[in-house]
Amino acid sequence: MLKGGVIMDVVTAEQAKIAEKAGAAAVMALERVPADIRKTGGVARMADPLKIKEIMNVVSIPVMAKCRIGHIAEARVLEALGVDYIDESEVLTPADEKHVNKHDFKVPFVCGCRNLGEALRRINEGAAMIRTKGEAGTGNIIEAVRHIRAVKEETEALQSMNQKQLNEKSKEHKVPVELLIQAKNLKRLPVVNFAAGGVATPADAALMMLLGCDGIFVGSGIFKSQKPYEMAKAVVEATTNFNNPKLIAKVSEGLGDAMKGLDIKELDIRLQERGN
Amino acid sequence: MPKIGVLALQGDFREHIEMLKKCKIDAAEIRLPEDLKDVDGLIIPGGESTVIGNLMQIHSLDKEIIKKYKMGMAIYGTCAGAILLAKYIAGSSQPRLNLLDISVKRNDYGRQIDSFESELNIDGIGKFNGIFIRAPVIKKARNGIKVLSKLGNKPVLVRQNNILASTFHPELTNDKRVHEYFIELADKTS
Repeated sequence: MLKGGVIMDVVTAEQAKIAEKAGAAAVMALERVPADIRKTGGVARMADPLKIKEIMNVVSIPVMAKCRIGHIAEARVLEALGVDYIDESEVLTPADEKHVNKHDFKVPFVCGCRNLGEALRRINEGAAMIRTKGEAGTGNIIEAVRHIRAVKEETEALQSMNQKQLNEKSKEHKVPVELLIQAKNLKRLPVVNFAAGGVATPADAALMMLLGCDGIFVGSGIFKSQKPYEMAKAVVEATTNFNNPKLIAKVSEGLGDAMKGLDIKELDIRLQERGN
Repeated sequence: MPKIGVLALQGDFREHIEMLKKCKIDAAEIRLPEDLKDVDGLIIPGGESTVIGNLMQIHSLDKEIIKKYKMGMAIYGTCAGAILLAKYIAGSSQPRLNLLDISVKRNDYGRQIDSFESELNIDGIGKFNGIFIRAPVIKKARNGIKVLSKLGNKPVLVRQNNILASTFHPELTNDKRVHEYFIELADKTS
């Protein structure tokens, strides 16, 4: 039950323990955090199963792990390891133009999206959880904000559509019209929608919660900051108390440097463009 | 009608609030000690017990909950909420309220993939669809604790005075009978 919680990227068992102690609702077991994937380049793949097992052994909270987009075999390996969720992630180098058919798996999947169409296509493929793509490894929140706003505005636009318009949308988005009707009636996605990609401070987390996200993923933002434990704790508290600016001010005090971050315009690779 | 609060630190508190709405109760979200003022019944939702436990301690919300309980407030914990109420948590020293005389083991049915649904029989309620997600198992319930439902030979819904605890999630069904049971409990003690 991850709602209202913070899911943190970790690359060692030691980091996983720190994340759990700081109040993470789950950890994402990785070989490298997105900021380092950006820096080192090359093909980014599923993490070493040994590392994932080590992390699973030291925490009591759920453990997620990433597979490449469309990499059915990596997904099967992660399922066999017993991870609690698989993130079919654009942060890793895609293996296919097509995403994994997630209905074939028992383990739940989380997938990224930039807009309503991407979100509904992933849900149609069987994703149990959606997150914004944002722009991972940048510590820059603007893309995640753009993506949650797009989902919200496109969901609001459904409200005034008649059946014919919904049919047209379903063709445009390449999803069954039933999914659009469901989103229209619920006035939101039919699964939880978390923020991801660029969260670097407690206020970033609060911003995404204010925009209607159900919870937060923090990738590089924790362990690339000067004081990871303090930063992690503060992000958790800001996520819970996103409507309480005084409290966010207090928890944001003296956290040292957040991760340095990157301007989106200066990026060589935009991870969010992977997998539509 | 009693005033019901739902602990809104983390987890599926919105689902509880929705369920209470169906029971004609306008529930309060509880994040800070002062939010508990005038509350007759508190629901502690499912979520991650370590997360909720940590957040409860930061502003001494745990102490306020215990104080209000001693003054007669009813409490209902689901899943992680049941863990937080328990006196004994196998292999863990995590923060807890230490109010309910049970011993629990976290994630004892297995990981996420081992989550399941099962039809339960609840005393005074009848058949009920139990949704178990990374659920804890109540290994022992001290004498005097009423076991209202069991799965196999393990209690899944227990009551000790005005504390109710379930290892399953009624808030994820459309069935409001367990919530109604709790509202009645909170009403009696209010």
